[in-house]
Amino acid sequence: MFYREAGDFKTSYAADSQTFPIRLDRYGYYTTLAIAFLFVPLVISDYWANALLLPFLIWAIASLGLNILSGYCGQISLGTGGFMAVGAYSSYKLMTAFPDLNLFIVILLSGVITAAVGVLFGLPSLRIKGFYLAVATLAAQFFLVWLFNKVPWFYNYSASGQISVPTRSVFGYEVTGAEANSEAKYLFILVIVVLLAYIARNLTRGRIGRSWMAIRDMDIAAEIIGVNPLLTKLTAFAISSFYIGIAGALFFSVYLGAVEVGEAFGIQKSFLVQFMIIIGGLGSIFGSFIGAAFMVMMPVLLKNIMVGQLGWATDIAAHFELVIIGGLIILFLILEPHGLAQLWRLTKEKLRLWPFPH
Amino acid sequence: MSADFYYTIEVIINGLMTGVLYSLVALGFVLIFKASGVFNYAQGVMALFAALTLVGLQNGQIPFAPLINSIFGTNLSTFGWTLPTVVAIVLALGVMVLFAYLVERYILRYLVGQDPVILFMATIGLAYFMEGFGDLMWGADIKKLDVGLPQGGNVWLESATEGWAEGFYGFYIDNLDIWATFIAVVLVIGLMVFSQYTKTGRALRAVADDNQAAMSVGISLRAIWVIVWSLAGFVALVAGTMWGAKSGVQFSLSLIALKALPVLMLGGFTSIPGAIVGGMIIGVGEKLFEYSIGPMIGGATENWFAYVLALLFLVFRPQGLFGEKIIERV
Amino acid sequence: MNATADTYVTEDGRTIGGPVMEMKNITLRFGGVTAISDISFDIREGEIRAIIGPNGAGKSSMLNVINGFYHPQEGEIWFRGEKRKPMKPYQIAQQGIARTFQNIALFKGMSTLDNIMTGRFTHMKTNMFWQAIWKGPAEREEIENREIVEHVIDFLEIQSIRKTPVGRLPYGLQKRVELGRALAAQPKLLLLDEPMAGMNVEEKEDMSRFILDVNDEFGTTIALIEHDMGVVMDISDRVVVLDYGKKIGDGTPDEVRNNQDVIDAYLGVAHD
Repeated sequence: MFYREAGDFKTSYAADSQTFPIRLDRYGYYTTLAIAFLFVPLVISDYWANALLLPFLIWAIASLGLNILSGYCGQISLGTGGFMAVGAYSSYKLMTAFPDLNLFIVILLSGVITAAVGVLFGLPSLRIKGFYLAVATLAAQFFLVWLFNKVPWFYNYSASGQISVPTRSVFGYEVTGAEANSEAKYLFILVIVVLLAYIARNLTRGRIGRSWMAIRDMDIAAEIIGVNPLLTKLTAFAISSFYIGIAGALFFSVYLGAVEVGEAFGIQKSFLVQFMIIIGGLGSIFGSFIGAAFMVMMPVLLKNIMVGQLGWATDIAAHFELVIIGGLIILFLILEPHGLAQLWRLTKEKLRLWPFPH
Repeated sequence: MSADFYYTIEVIINGLMTGVLYSLVALGFVLIFKASGVFNYAQGVMALFAALTLVGLQNGQIPFAPLINSIFGTNLSTFGWTLPTVVAIVLALGVMVLFAYLVERYILRYLVGQDPVILFMATIGLAYFMEGFGDLMWGADIKKLDVGLPQGGNVWLESATEGWAEGFYGFYIDNLDIWATFIAVVLVIGLMVFSQYTKTGRALRAVADDNQAAMSVGISLRAIWVIVWSLAGFVALVAGTMWGAKSGVQFSLSLIALKALPVLMLGGFTSIPGAIVGGMIIGVGEKLFEYSIGPMIGGATENWFAYVLALLFLVFRPQGLFGEKIIERV
Repeated sequence: MNATADTYVTEDGRTIGGPVMEMKNITLRFGGVTAISDISFDIREGEIRAIIGPNGAGKSSMLNVINGFYHPQEGEIWFRGEKRKPMKPYQIAQQGIARTFQNIALFKGMSTLDNIMTGRFTHMKTNMFWQAIWKGPAEREEIENREIVEHVIDFLEIQSIRKTPVGRLPYGLQKRVELGRALAAQPKLLLLDEPMAGMNVEEKEDMSRFILDVNDEFGTTIALIEHDMGVVMDISDRVVVLDYGKKIGDGTPDEVRNNQDVIDAYLGVAHD
């Protein structure tokens, strides 16, 4: 079977605008989903879950969120870490205040609260643009982290200043807390990831997505087709923060279990997600996933090679990681500003025509 | 006058001194932004890198020693000599110029005409790269930097002002801060003279004004970029040396340098006086805020004060204090 | 010409209705500079109205006043029989005024199809919830609007570039896509800012044909700025002439052609 669109005629506009217009892609997508839901839980180990799978899924949500804001709507934000902290602390407060609340609801509400905070910090975006806005979002980053560090109400007056997650179950399986096993955590997050990716795809393909992209590409022209700039930008901030808040809530409650805010949600996290979407692909849902996968896998791989195989000191490996990340970012911006997703697209274009050059 | 009043004055003076250092970093941003439109996020890391290089050269460290040791199993650390400060400074400056050349040759050249945001992201990548590279080259441990400037409180000033009020023990001001201020003033005057009265300086201003027009009268854009990045490297070296002498050469230095961003928000990205005044306002503002309100709300407000102030400022006056009003043409 | 108060009939026999838009004593100043001073004119239902004048006459400013980028210091704007309050450009777009720009203002990161789909923005209503679900109202709405957009694509003969990113298209085609985006909005008034600037003769002919066809087929009211006199005189029903921010002529192409002030403005006049 060739990777080809010939003979795969579209007879309706719905079919023409589907997510995977080429048959083989569609099969690939369903196969991936089937493997993720049915096969992976059977073989998952604690090491793989904690080192790769859980962080990958959680960062994928954060990348989706930031990509909506930056990649689709063109607003830069360096406040991702701070917004994740909002999600994390919201989930903590909700769980401790309402012990009977279903974990799904807790996560959802954490997203909603973060969305509200995101809108608040998005308000200046009407007046300031580009890297001015980036610096403005740094205010969110530093202020929010400080807030959760200094106001004891947020960490329920615990002596250590940390927050630790209480045990919660979904459908009888423990998902949070020390006893929860990897399969349950993995499946819980996977369900949320798939739902959020589906929603992100839908929002970006239709009226709202086009209004975001219009603002990104040329805000003056966007206005003359009837797009309200403030409303559109705030919607992007809200949706984006909703995703990032959910990522933060999951990062704390399901993945880490206990969190010190400056360490878990510092500015480095903002950059990490930023790099994910640059390397993965700005304005691409698929790119958010490969970017997250790349940035999660690379340190693990480097550590395995340098520390595990070559026997170097850990700090040298860590420094190398910085050099490589920085170098890659520059390289991608020079060679392929649309990231791995674009490389993937170009490869497929070539494949479609293969063996003919044009 | 009460002791409180004098202590407030002391806070303000110390704020001004801190502000000078913010201004120095901000100055590097302004230089590069004016000439090439690049918002150089790496300026702070450049200061760190310059300071690391200076210390490394002074102490005769072998570059990449830990890495070489890791690979070859050797046990290298230093050459066994120490360099005089002046020589080390000149060599460190040479490294920064080389760095400027490499940035132009391998990064800027390929990103000409890209969206400013892309360039900004590239400099974030550059910052990561340099941080890792500097650590690999010189090691990541906290280093003491001594360039021979006097340290500690100024005894003369302290004793002269002691007893001005009941319970006031005199102004405590660090000698190093006084020197830093002095050097910063000399540096700024030097830069202004350079840009007003030299041929290169005029070329710089021409490029900043309109790079197309500058190119058409035969100014080489690439040469100019190397020059401004070298200048920014020089400013970074000065800033890094001052910060390093004050609180040791370590990674947090690049985070402090991040404060130059809100400074620019206040001062405007294209104005050298703006960068200086902005730095002062932030320096004094955050110290005063911490002194007067900090204790009531948990302290450590310096972490965010500058950014929030800049944010509020931006909402009401987006072009900064001195920047030109941005008029959008339809 | 047989003009009455409300309607008139053109040479080619189309009946032009009452005023869609009336500009009454508009004055626009930037600081001390007066860009437009005390200009009044109207645009009538179904007509092609040209605004001409030498460089700096205030033509583009006038267009920017109509769609809300500039707010005049004096004067009134009446749209479809109602006096217009000061509005933001996007609110004016929602009222049914679409435009193209002198320097193409397309969304570079999007395909031709998506660009023209953005023109349907004001006609699409499904909320965030249904957009997120997609199946159901959102998809239905998308398909309905897609049909209209495909009609525009057929009309402008750009089927083959439907999925091409607009940044890759040649200049002439980009202009056509921009016209498509404005047409997709099915505007009550269409403003064209130098639709033929920078085009060769062939492209100009194509563009003239599209403008005439749009007017003819959909009855769209069009106001356009254009430098090419030949084109203006050929396709417009009435022409208003500006010079140094003042109105110096208004009428059919023939009337304007013979107006002494207009001739002076274009050819220059000896001041003694």
